[in-house]
Amino acid sequence: MSRIGVFVCHCGTNIGGVVNVPEVVEAARHMPLVAYADENKYTCSEVGQASIRDAIREQRLDRVVIASCSPRMHENTFRRTVAAAGLNPYLLEISNIREHCSWVHSDSKDATAKAIDLVSMAVAKVARHESLFPKQVGLTKRALIIGGGITGIQAALDIASAGHEVVLVEKEPSIGGRMSQLDKTFPTLDCSACILTPKMVDVAQHPNITLLTYSEVKEVRGFVGNFEVDILKKAKMVDYVKCTGCGTCWQACPERIPSEFDMGLGSRPAIYIPFAQAVPNKPVIDIANCRYEKYLKWKETEEGPEPPQCRICEGVCPTEAIDRSQKDEIITEKFGAVVVTTGFKTFDHSVYGEYGGGRYPDVISSLELERLMSAAGPTGGEVLRPSDGSHPKNVVFIQCVGSRDDKVGRPYCSKVCCMYTAKHAIMLREHDSEVQCYVFYIDVRAGGKDFEEFARRAQDETGALYLRGRVSQIYQEGKNLKVMGEDSLIGRPVEIEADLVVLATGMEPSDNADLIAQKLNISYNTYNFLIEAHPKLRPVETQTDGIFVAGTCVGPRDIPDCVAHGGAAAAKVVALLSQDSLTTDPLTSIIDPMKCVGCFACKEVCPFNAIEEQITRDKRTIASINESLCKGCGLCIVACRPGAINLRGFTSQQLLSEVLTLVRG
Amino acid sequence: MAPAESGSGQPVTERIYSYYPGCSLHATAREYDVSTRLVCQKLGVELRELEDWVCCGASAAHSTDHLLSLALPAHTLKQAEEKGLPLAVPCAMCYSRLRFALHELQNKDTLDLVSRTIGKELSTAVTVKHMLQVLADEDIPLPIVKPLSGLKVACYYGCLLVRPPEVVGFDDAEDPQTMDHLMERLGAEAIDWGLKTNCCGAGVAFARLDVVLKLSHRILSLAQKSGADCVAVACPMCHANLDMYQKDMTVKLGWKTELPVLYFTQLMGLSLGFSPKELLLDKHITNPLPMLREKKLA
Repeated sequence: MSRIGVFVCHCGTNIGGVVNVPEVVEAARHMPLVAYADENKYTCSEVGQASIRDAIREQRLDRVVIASCSPRMHENTFRRTVAAAGLNPYLLEISNIREHCSWVHSDSKDATAKAIDLVSMAVAKVARHESLFPKQVGLTKRALIIGGGITGIQAALDIASAGHEVVLVEKEPSIGGRMSQLDKTFPTLDCSACILTPKMVDVAQHPNITLLTYSEVKEVRGFVGNFEVDILKKAKMVDYVKCTGCGTCWQACPERIPSEFDMGLGSRPAIYIPFAQAVPNKPVIDIANCRYEKYLKWKETEEGPEPPQCRICEGVCPTEAIDRSQKDEIITEKFGAVVVTTGFKTFDHSVYGEYGGGRYPDVISSLELERLMSAAGPTGGEVLRPSDGSHPKNVVFIQCVGSRDDKVGRPYCSKVCCMYTAKHAIMLREHDSEVQCYVFYIDVRAGGKDFEEFARRAQDETGALYLRGRVSQIYQEGKNLKVMGEDSLIGRPVEIEADLVVLATGMEPSDNADLIAQKLNISYNTYNFLIEAHPKLRPVETQTDGIFVAGTCVGPRDIPDCVAHGGAAAAKVVALLSQDSLTTDPLTSIIDPMKCVGCFACKEVCPFNAIEEQITRDKRTIASINESLCKGCGLCIVACRPGAINLRGFTSQQLLSEVLTLVRG
Repeated sequence: MAPAESGSGQPVTERIYSYYPGCSLHATAREYDVSTRLVCQKLGVELRELEDWVCCGASAAHSTDHLLSLALPAHTLKQAEEKGLPLAVPCAMCYSRLRFALHELQNKDTLDLVSRTIGKELSTAVTVKHMLQVLADEDIPLPIVKPLSGLKVACYYGCLLVRPPEVVGFDDAEDPQTMDHLMERLGAEAIDWGLKTNCCGAGVAFARLDVVLKLSHRILSLAQKSGADCVAVACPMCHANLDMYQKDMTVKLGWKTELPVLYFTQLMGLSLGFSPKELLLDKHITNPLPMLREKKLA
């Protein structure tokens, strides 16, 4: 026979102001198996907890019901309380008479009756509770970081400095990400490369970091502490042991391809490093564009005219590092934690027909302007018009291109555009004192340390004219562009003759962010931004334990936020990896092997990949639960046709006895 | 759409449309009507004018009464529906009003209300096409007699033909190409320019001529700066504004020259072998004949 203790909380007046608590206590005393009932002003206080501990010992209670606030609030606290008195922590049931009762009702009589019902249900349920025991699993003390932009770099450095091994996977030939494409950074006008490249070098030199550039994550298996990841290493065709990065090959290569790094404004050879400070500072061969590789491809079929052979790089390489025998290779590595930092790309403005739809060469994106301003860019840092190479004098900036615009499916604010446009206006004036900038904006959003001052500086010191309104049309008139817009503050249309138009293109997640999320079993929103476990309180965690997200793959943010975010993710990873084993929650599904028919309907619905196949001794294939992965969501239970699955702590028998108690009154 | 053996290379035998000329084409834009009929006849496109069509309501109806602006086109749509043929509309304003009505009538309550208003049970099953869509069909072979070589045409679509895109469903609203491709098939050069779909000022001419002069002048001067010999239009309203006020532009805005404004059907007619006289090319205020003679097209 169980001896159940019931403790009803007043929660000050939160509960006691509506529910007649003494009446509930009195009713509880007459419920089946209840040996003791009492009330508390604040059960969660130390005094309240002590009274429960004392009652368990003195009244020899073996099960406890606490009628108080939501279990989301204090279930863990009270589990520790009963455990301290020697009970198994799962022999406790919380009856929520605050959120489910006193807060939503005003009639005291009805609320008290409902509270009594809720408590009687909890008593019926807890009578069927069993002791549950968490399990311990081992973990691999190694972290995988996907994406080598500033966020990934920061996370890698922080985890590695805490003494854990890190593998940093980057799909491009160099780490550095979008920040390496920027000329200067707001609001300090620091040279972007000057502050970024030392960190890139730190990554390359850190003894705990393994850098896998030109590589992609293909598949992820396992669970927190024990991930197994397939990584595709694309063939670089260069032996990095022999290569010294001397640059002879990329200077000799005769092929020219539009440079992705320079947003197509400049060109690069087929054997290349993306930019001068690339890490690693060793080239890859772009197989799709290499002349000799094209020749080899032709040789297979001999269709069409024979392309020229080349192999100049092989001839000039002083260390014979070109290795055309390299093939794409998939390696499998084990990790305890994964950090996703796949970053962003800029919105493709060609969907804006009114801005020329990409037809006008002198309508450029802000990232293109960054490349034109950069001393290492295609024009050597001189801002020249793409159409005729002249110096633009009248420059129009248009804000919110692919941001705050429902029409193109991008209703969100990209957060950085107001600030980088202010930076561009200031910088253009520094490049050429005769430049007049015009900025069409919706609002100037300058929330951040020193941001507002910086945005004012663009207006006050450099004379940039800020016009509040949208641009309706841009068209080419002769050599220049006519910009037709509206100044909504004076309520009149405006026309500006511009030499150059810069579109403040917004942020969107990198290509395939959704596919990576699917591989990792984490959520993403309609724009493919990854979803954090809680937007405020768990900003770098995800719903899948051991997978963390940081940087612009989660949402638009600037460099300081990305660095902070990367560091935050690193702190979570370090906390995880510093444990010797992981404790799993015992509230998981459990399959009765005698009832399971092996239909695997449960596997179809499981969002956590927790269902595995198991072969019984009598050679039947049945489902079994990987308890490290199971979150106890209960989906498999409703999907199970033979009713073979139960949820520990919420078994069908437990729930049924609650219902029976209620309907029998 | 009448049965057509599209893409097979065979001559198309049956292209039959109900024809809704609209008020303009029976009056100020007679040359558009005449040239349209000639070109259609030549290309084997049969036009059957609706017997009892009424005004589409133009800007007058929808600025005074919403129901009226739907009921007027609905009356015409009902007739087209009874004929069981797709409806060809040469005027961009009529086209816009008919497409708007069809769009609004997708709503069941609106459909019932308008049906009660016109006293006939309506459906929305009728296809409405602008004459440019009908004639730009690349499956119709063009028996060209006189290619328009050497003629630079600024194709001007105006606003009503292409906007709002979700209602009219006509080409790209910012950079349409239908007329450009047609002109190139005729041997002309369609110039690339940026004001293809800007407003000419439309009916505001009656109240604020200064606004129309400014808007139309901008269109004409960019067309000219971009090297055009003439402007091709598919709307009687646009034609009136661009063609008629060039003298006023000279007086008020210093417009120093003349730029002929022709209906696209007139240019088609020229290349198909009709004479300027037959195409009523002498009806325009800005005389296109000197330019056409210079290009050896007239």
